[in-house]
This record gives sequence, structure tokens and C-alpha cells, in this order.
Amino acid sequence: MATMASEPTGIPVRVEEHPQSFIRKYIFSTDHKVIGIQFLFTCLFFLLIGGLLAVMLRFQLGFPGAALPGGDLLPDTMAPDGIILPEFYNSLVTMHGTFMVFFAIMPLLVGVYANYLIPVQIGTHDMAFPRLNMISYWMFLVSGLVMLSSFWVIGGASAAGWTQYAPLSASPEASGVSTGQILWILSIAIFGFSSLLGSINYITTVINQRAPGMTWFRLPLVIWALFITAILGLLAIPVLTAALIMLLFDQTLGTTFFLPTEGGQPLLWQHLFWFFGHPEVYILILPAMGFVSEIISNGSRKPIFGYKSMVFAIIAIAFLGFIVWGHHMFQSGMNPALGMSFMISTLIIAVPSAIKVFNWMGTIWGGSIRFHTPMLFAVGFVMLFAIGGFSGIFMASSPVDIYIHDTYFIVAHIHYVLFGGSLFAIYGAIYYWFPKMFGRLINETAGRIHFFLTFVLFNLVFFPMHGLGMEGMMRRIYDPSQYEHLADIQDTNTLITWAAIGLFISGLYFGVLFFWSLFRGKPAPDNPWEATTMEWTLPSPPQHGNWKELPTVYHGPFEYSHPDVEKDWLSQNERPDVVSPAHH
Amino acid sequence: MTSHSVDAGASRYEPTTFKVKDKKLGMWIFLASEVMFFTGLIGSYIILRWGAATPWPVPGEVLNVPITAGNTFLLICSSVTMVKAFAAIEDGNQKMLKVWLLATAIIGACFVGVQAYEYTELVHHGFLPSSGLYGSTFFTMTGFHGFHVTVGVLCLLWVAIKAFRGGYTQADHQGVEIIGLYWHFVDLVWIILFTIVYLI
Repeated sequence: MATMASEPTGIPVRVEEHPQSFIRKYIFSTDHKVIGIQFLFTCLFFLLIGGLLAVMLRFQLGFPGAALPGGDLLPDTMAPDGIILPEFYNSLVTMHGTFMVFFAIMPLLVGVYANYLIPVQIGTHDMAFPRLNMISYWMFLVSGLVMLSSFWVIGGASAAGWTQYAPLSASPEASGVSTGQILWILSIAIFGFSSLLGSINYITTVINQRAPGMTWFRLPLVIWALFITAILGLLAIPVLTAALIMLLFDQTLGTTFFLPTEGGQPLLWQHLFWFFGHPEVYILILPAMGFVSEIISNGSRKPIFGYKSMVFAIIAIAFLGFIVWGHHMFQSGMNPALGMSFMISTLIIAVPSAIKVFNWMGTIWGGSIRFHTPMLFAVGFVMLFAIGGFSGIFMASSPVDIYIHDTYFIVAHIHYVLFGGSLFAIYGAIYYWFPKMFGRLINETAGRIHFFLTFVLFNLVFFPMHGLGMEGMMRRIYDPSQYEHLADIQDTNTLITWAAIGLFISGLYFGVLFFWSLFRGKPAPDNPWEATTMEWTLPSPPQHGNWKELPTVYHGPFEYSHPDVEKDWLSQNERPDVVSPAHH
Repeated sequence: MTSHSVDAGASRYEPTTFKVKDKKLGMWIFLASEVMFFTGLIGSYIILRWGAATPWPVPGEVLNVPITAGNTFLLICSSVTMVKAFAAIEDGNQKMLKVWLLATAIIGACFVGVQAYEYTELVHHGFLPSSGLYGSTFFTMTGFHGFHVTVGVLCLLWVAIKAFRGGYTQADHQGVEIIGLYWHFVDLVWIILFTIVYLI
């Protein structure tokens, strides 16, 4: 840290030393870093659950009617003699989607990294409302456990799909699930409240707590992405909460909002759900794009190409995200003219998305690339996200969508953007920030093996699904072999299942690597990646309160290969006049 | 450390904080989310009502409009007393702050009381949340508004207790301002709800 010269700003420090008990320090902590790490462990657990459910439902599709290995452990209401029941299969599909979207990907992106990164990257001691932050985590944990518990109630877990279409979700007679369904609604309502508290915190902190000199256009792109994501969550999730309350009353108080027999409108549910659901899609991808921007700039040793266009693309995607929800409903019998306008607004999103992809390529172009594990995942993200983006254009075009609607084509698409996109970026982010969070390094070779396994197996699982969809294999189907037109693609389904089992094992391998590195990894230096954002000028891991005195920011976030300095990076809070010049 | 030794290099930059303080900003952000929540409920009501296959009851047929009109007047009065409380502490008048805060809380509680009376009367006449779409939307929307008023009254009492302990000064009274923002918001929502549920 010889060249580090963060100047004291003279701003009074409000953090006092906290000689605290174990419980206040690690359990009911208000420290944003501890909360971020709590989210990380909890989400990895839920990611495991979601993966396990995926393997189970994949087993049924690959080997219809065969006994699930270890299925004897499941009660007879789920899998008698280890053979998965159709009702239980519906619960598996529903809960796989629910756990992955709400309890794994979304909080991994936002709960973990908004909490951990915002204060250390913008240069402040903690979040604006540390106590709300703590409550936000604990409500999240409660909502996840409520959701998990619904497997063990009478009737089993919700079976209405993660989109909870009414009237399946609105009446116990429709899906055969009543208690589990109510628990689903309550869990997501609690989750929404947790997310609201988080959003208020992130937005206020970014607006009000930036260090001196950290102007809006010096914010690292990951902060921009998390900031805009928080606004999306703030405005979209309450609409879901309102819809959930109506659904809950339909289930419990005898109201008839979504029950067509009593004058209610099931289509209203779809509109409300997707008014939330489409911004949700961007909640699930924008932070991932932020991580990837950081990592690609670092791995290419070049400033990000087109910083401002990146920022405006994030804002444009977020704005457009609110006016495209109807593209999920082309098949609902909507007015074709309305469908057309939703189609056009959806296709326009391809523009800011393409701007981002081209900017990443422009950043890599001509860089002296370091293919460290995070960089591999970031480049993998760009490739897979591009494929997911192209298949998205098929579905955005309503004439094509009518053919592929609710088939495995859409399953392929969503996994290319959510797994190939979001989860690859999350893996990259975990590798990238692991040294800072835990003060230890993950072995590079072991990390690269994880990347190649995941990349190959991912494509083996999901690429053939495009074909399955074109062949007419319906989404959420229990047994494809019972349909004549799907009988000859059973081999593909079996192949996918084997690859999915391999993908799950590569996930377990990552888990082992993660925990092994946590205890046995080599101690990490402060700045192992030679990165420019300010968290890397702190010790690994940073102490409580992050800074003794707030830093002053002098540069933009991506000052790599600056011509005036000898080393090829410049921290945001490094004073220009103390940096040794290159050729003078 | 003193605050006048701010680094000269840093002060050249544009400010990196907003002139609104954290808690007030947080309340505004929270209210933005509340707007979306009530928009969800009200939007659904509009869709369900104007898309309904059977005719909607005319105003006054089921609901007692005069009583609720009185109640609406009451709630608007509570916004006035809330403004008065804020004005009092702006002038440093501790006594009137307590008076107006308590007045606001009491009027708010009266509003909830009248609503509870209205609900019991309706239930007594067999009008329930399960009474078709009309019952569904009426009880959900007014119920959630009533819940918000109840939370507001509890927060007002909290603020009033702090005021009685001398917790607010002419220079620092953010708590009063923040509960005021929430209270006016809840009031505004009611004016919209009263119009579309009772009058139209």
C-alpha cells in the first residue's frame, strides 16, 4: 500500500468502536458487510434447494415412471415407492422456480452485493439505515423458511407454477393445494417487505452517502446497476404485494377477485403479476451486468468502453421494463393491436441490451487480457446472455411466440438469461469479491475447472431444449413419453437429465471449493486483482466501519492502463500528484 | 477532528450528498412504493368494476355515504392539525406541538372508530368481503387504508410521547416532519378512495 494516499477529508467519523458480544457482531449485526455475508450463506443454501428440486424434476422427465434414487425417503404423498406423483411434480416445478427466482438469484444479486458493495465502493461507513438493513435480512430468512416449510404441510407445497396463475392459485379446488398455497402467498408477501426495506436503504445510501468527489458519473457501474435495480424493486414489488393480498383474500376470506365463476377476472392476475414480473426480470439481470462490467474492465486492463452509454443503457432498460409486461400474455386473447404495441416496446429493449454487449466487446478488444476465473465467468456471461437475448427476440415477436408459447423453447430462453446470465455473473462476483469478503483466495485452477464444467454442462442441458420446444414439448409437462409426437425425443430428454445431474454435481463441487477456501485458502492481499474501485484499498476483510476517515475520490471507476502512471491501475481515491509518473 | 479542515481538492467537486436528510429521503422513497401499492389495488378496482358483467350498485345503495362523508371531513381536519403541530415546533412552541400532535392522533383514532362502526353495520346487514366483487374490492381497499391509518395513529402516539419528553427542538424536529409526510399521504389516498368507492 506504498502508493496509497487517501487524504483525510475532515468529515467527522460517526462510527464508534463496537466491543460487542458474538450475537450482536455476527447474528443480529447491523454491519452491512456481515449482513451481506449472511445473505450469501443463506442464498447458497436456497440455491442448493432449488438445484435439488431441478434434479428431481429432471429425473422424472429423463426417466418417466422410474423410481427416484433415494426417493424412498420421501413420504407417500410425494413419491410412493420413489416414483414421483404428478401432483408432487407440479409442486417441484413451482418451488424450483420460486426458490431460484426469489430466494437464490435475486437476493444473491441484490441482498449480498448491494449490501456488501455499496458502502465500500461509494466510500461510506455503513448503510443509511443499518437497523432496517438487519430487519430486512431476518425477514428474508423467515420468508424463505416459510416457503420451505410448505413442503411438509398437508396437501404439500404450492402447485400453481411460480407465476401463480389464477384460478389455479386462487381456489383450493383448482390446484388441490390449500395450506401450501397460503404459505406461498404469505412467504412472498414477507419477502416483498424485506425487499422494500432493502431498496429504501440502497437508494438513500447511494443518493446521500457518497464520499467527497464520488460524483454520479464516477460511480462504479455495479453501483449504478444496483441503484437502478433498487428503484425497480421499489416500484414493482408493491404491485405484486397488492395482487398477493387479493389472492390471499380469495383463498381465505371468500373474495372473488380472480375467480371467473363469481365475476372475477383471472386475466387481472396475469396483468398484475407481469407488471411486477417484467421489471423483476431486469432486477435479475441488471446487477449481473454491473458485476460483468467491473470484471471485464479489470480482466482486460482497460477502462470500460462507453461508460456513460452503459449508465444510460441501464436506465433505458429499467424504464422500458415497465411497459413491456404484455409480451408474456400474447396468448391470453388480448387485442392484437395491444399485442403489437407490447411487441414493439419489447423489441426496443434489444437496443440498450446490444449497446451493453458491444461495449463489453469493445472493452475486451485490444486489452491485455487476464483470464482469471471471474473473467472467464464474465466472458461466459456475455456469450450466453447474447444467446438468451437472441432467443428472446423470437418470443417478443408475437407471430412466432404463438407457436413456441409455453414450450421448452421458453424454458431454454429463461435459463440462458437467468442461469447463463445471472448465475454466471454471480459465480464471477463470488470469485471476484471472495478475497475481499473473507480475506482468502480461491485456488485459480480449481476455479477454472468449475467454470469449464459449468459452461459445458450448462450448454448440454439447455441448448437442446430449444429443439424440444420447437418439437412441441410443453412446459411443466409431467411425462413427455405419453405423447406420440414427443416419443422420439425421449433420448434428448434423457441426455439432458444426465447433463443436469452433472451440472448439479459441478454446483456441489463449487460449494466444496467455497467452504474449503473459506478455511484453507491462501491469505489474500488487499488488492489481488489490481482493481481500481475503493473497496480494494481497504484491508481484506475490511474492518467494522470500513474507513477511519472518509476517502476523497479523484478519478472515475475504471482507470486501468492510465498513460501517466507506471503501474497499470489507479485507485479512485489515489491522489494524482503522489502517483509516480511513468516517463518523466 | 474539526469539520472546517475539509480537503480543498474535494470541495471543488459537485456535492455528493443530497440536501434532504436520510430519514426524510427514506420516507419519500417509502411513499413512492406505497403509491404503487395503492395503485395496484385501485387499478384492479377500476378493471373489475368497469369490466363487470353484472351492474355495480349505485352510490348509497349499500354504503352509508353521509356518515363516511363526515368521517372524510374528520380525516381532512387531522391533516390540518398535523400541519399545525409542525408549524408549532418550527416556532419552537413545545406546548402547542403536544396539543396538536395529540389532536391529530385522537382524530385519526376517531376515523378508525367510525370505520369500525361502519364495518359492523355492513356485516350486520349481510354485506361481507365474500359479497361478490363489490364486497371484495370495498373491504380490501378501505381495509388496507384503515390499516394504514391505524399504523399512523400508533406512530403519532410514539412521536407525541417523544414530544412530551422534550425530544423535539426548534432546530431538530425531523420526526414530526416525517410522520407528517406519512399522515398527509394516507389522507390523500382516502380522498381518492372516498371519491371512487362512495361517490362515483
